[in-house]
Amino acid sequence: MFRVAKRDGARVTLTLDGEPIGATAGDSVLAALLSHGPILRRLEFGGEPRAGFCLMGACQDCWVWSEAGGRIRACTTPVAEGMRLFTEAQVQARG
Amino acid sequence: MAEIVIVGAGPAGIAAAEVLVAQDQRVTLLDEAAQAGGQGYRRPSPSLAIDMAGLMGSEAGKYAGLHARFERLRPQLDYRPGTLVWAMDGDRLHVLTGGRAGTVRFDMLMLATGAMDRIAPLPGWTLPGVFTLGGAQVVLKDQGCLIGRRVAFLGSSPLLTLAAKQYRAMGGEVVVIADTTPLYAKIATSPALLRAPRTLLRGLAYTAQAMIAGTPLLNGVKPIAVEGTERVEALVLRDASGRERRFACDAVALGYGLKPETQLADLAGAEFAYDRDFRLFLPKADAFGRVRRGLYLAGDGARIGGADAAEASGALAAHAVLADLGLQQDIAAIRPLARRVQRLRDFQRGLARAFAWPSRQIGALPDETVLCRCERVTVGEVRGAMTKGLGPVEVNRVKAMTRCGMGRCQGRVCGPALQEVVAAAAGHDVEAGGRLRGQAPVKPIALVAAEETP
Amino acid sequence: MTAATTDVAIVGGGLIGAWTAFFLARRGQRVTLIEKGVVGAQSSGVNFGNLRLQGRYPAQYPLSLRSQALWEDLEALIGEDCEFARTGHLYLAYDKEESEKLEGYAKVSDSYGLQIERVGPAELRKRWPWLGERAVAATFSERDATANPRLATPAIARAALAQGVEIREETRVSDVARQGEGFLLTMADGSQLSCGALVNSAGAWALEIAERFGETAPLFPAGPPQFVTEPVPYQIEPSIQAIDGSVIFRQIPRGNIILAGYPRTAADPVSNRAPVPPAKTLAAMRALARVAPGLAHCHVIRVWSGIEAYLPDMIPVIGPSLTQPGLFHAFGFCGHGFQIGPGVGLCLSEMILDGGTPTPLDAFSIGRFRAEATVSEKFRKEFD
Repeated sequence: MFRVAKRDGARVTLTLDGEPIGATAGDSVLAALLSHGPILRRLEFGGEPRAGFCLMGACQDCWVWSEAGGRIRACTTPVAEGMRLFTEAQVQARG
Repeated sequence: MAEIVIVGAGPAGIAAAEVLVAQDQRVTLLDEAAQAGGQGYRRPSPSLAIDMAGLMGSEAGKYAGLHARFERLRPQLDYRPGTLVWAMDGDRLHVLTGGRAGTVRFDMLMLATGAMDRIAPLPGWTLPGVFTLGGAQVVLKDQGCLIGRRVAFLGSSPLLTLAAKQYRAMGGEVVVIADTTPLYAKIATSPALLRAPRTLLRGLAYTAQAMIAGTPLLNGVKPIAVEGTERVEALVLRDASGRERRFACDAVALGYGLKPETQLADLAGAEFAYDRDFRLFLPKADAFGRVRRGLYLAGDGARIGGADAAEASGALAAHAVLADLGLQQDIAAIRPLARRVQRLRDFQRGLARAFAWPSRQIGALPDETVLCRCERVTVGEVRGAMTKGLGPVEVNRVKAMTRCGMGRCQGRVCGPALQEVVAAAAGHDVEAGGRLRGQAPVKPIALVAAEETP
Repeated sequence: MTAATTDVAIVGGGLIGAWTAFFLARRGQRVTLIEKGVVGAQSSGVNFGNLRLQGRYPAQYPLSLRSQALWEDLEALIGEDCEFARTGHLYLAYDKEESEKLEGYAKVSDSYGLQIERVGPAELRKRWPWLGERAVAATFSERDATANPRLATPAIARAALAQGVEIREETRVSDVARQGEGFLLTMADGSQLSCGALVNSAGAWALEIAERFGETAPLFPAGPPQFVTEPVPYQIEPSIQAIDGSVIFRQIPRGNIILAGYPRTAADPVSNRAPVPPAKTLAAMRALARVAPGLAHCHVIRVWSGIEAYLPDMIPVIGPSLTQPGLFHAFGFCGHGFQIGPGVGLCLSEMILDGGTPTPLDAFSIGRFRAEATVSEKFRKEFD
């Protein structure tokens, strides 16, 4: 994703798989993450890379993992300071 | 006083609310988005410095007008942004607001739920960097982002040239505009398009601009694949002369016209009928958008017509609500509205015929093509299930056997393509294969949403 | 028009009808299976998929165990595994009274040779760490299993087809009459079929046939609210059931969690619709989050129900008609027919071909509804 319009607002930092990503308040999580790299998540079935698709809350393909164990839909969720996000589930399956 | 609830704050929902409020009705307007306007008239997110007037071009006046009207209307409404309607039960909508479940009672319900892009899959379409055409425009308006630096536009839609124009204006490189419909097929249907000449002229103007800018503008293409390993690297297609061509790019926008978001109409019990021009199952309603007394459909969520038709159909459906409430009717206002809706929808019908949904191409997709993104079900898996003994020939049954359409999006994205793959494999008409039935929740809801507030 | 002939006609292409057809055909019978829609589309296809052994109605154990052996042999029998998995089943008790009830169930299960483990609260948390704090006791039965109901009946019907069974989908029976020693069936399209024996496995639609021959049962249609979540990392192996009936769930290896809840909802077999009231979905969501708090942020993606046939004593009708020799009933499985399906099919084939089955089934005779019906405690609990 490639930014072509400026935004005024507070700088926020979030992380994806531990890597810090700078964003501006008002950005969607999707725009923030995809401005930084091409991938949002790994598909549960086979691990192929995904980066969302419809960009308007319909296709449900951009749910990224959040620290709390839940998921957030990246295209409709605004960034917040300190968000820790992951491309894959962090819960370890019991051996 | 009757509880009138409108779902969706796009042009249709706003226009409907305007008519109802003018008659002193109490209106609750529920919208899943944080800001009113719908997808087409999407507003920039707060503090984004983007030239919307420039972006909207000839529609800038209407865009600004709708938002100004909404601001005037807002204090007179019970407007609830950020509210998802996920299920229905009798006279109650089940909603999710701020992650919490609740209900909203209604006497009269108007669904103005809009549309999303209709998608024909192709090998590689799940790669990062492939997005919907509508999404490519939404993320520009809402986030000031282009989906890539070098973008290929593929599909069959007049919106391909419009979006390409916007991208070029914002500094993106358009590597190709590729339409699957042959040029002669478009020209053959153009009489139907002449009914809305202003729109037609606008479309021609964009096409001319694309040609002047030196962008390859191909008609009658056969998409082959999106190539790439971890992300889009190229779009490969066969042009009308049969030559294979490869366009290096970092993003692809896909769009084959729009499909109504009909999940709530389905849950509300609307009947559906197959429409041969759109090749979609659409909810049945009368000329006013009335499904039955108390249930109304408006805008692109009922029939694809575009923003102008959405506004007019919202106002028209609001008049049907007033009539059904036994309130005085402004007959003089209704007739032109009805004519306008009809004319604009006829035009869209003409467009749907001109920019044809590539049924045959989809029916012939290679086996390895992913059909259902959510569950990662391939075209071959669907065909395999169908050719077994007692194999299904109906789409809901195919879904039960293969999980195609069973995932998070509930068949929103793969539904139309699944219909074509099933029909082609069964050797019958799309209509005979049926449509994926809607089930709650309309969108995923977290278990915690159900927690009772202490 | 001359009627076609067959040895056995089976009306109702659900799990029971398909298994019965399969076992009859394996013994050389000519069988016609008639289904008004498509095979396995009703309760056989939309149920929870549980092959639970512990906590069953005591008189059902001989049938149940015979049936489980067939499920365990599924792939060898029909050539498809239908996602059969020996997952085990965990029953949870939330208080002392429930623990006592659980122990009562376990004693019955023990007496039929099942291995029922009693699990205390500390061990519960250790073995299944995703469990919440509420459970005070549990029993685990390792032989219990699950399978995919959407796949099972069509697969069994395909195996029956391979054995020579004629399967007529989209065929509605409009009349059934006695004809000599056998029966004459007339279909809605006017075609006719003569048969020696007739099996009534028409589920929620079975009374239409029984009542034609002067027999009845207080059958009514209903469906449990069910839902499935998005996929989450696989960690829940057994199926879990709270003995208070609030929740039963399992996770499939793909990661989705499937849940069935109570109370059940009335369904309409005429319109063929079993809508799930959203309030019941919400109640089931709360129940799941209480049992497995780690799932609280997991999303529900689809809800459904199906039309199942119930009887007030919460056990099915299985066995010969008491008015018409050659007619056999198998319906009203009260939401627990999936596990006993193959056993019922095998027993019916024995009744038809051998004049009886070694499995005791007297408790399930349709004759019990001649006397005053008893209403099960389970019945009171599981419906609105």
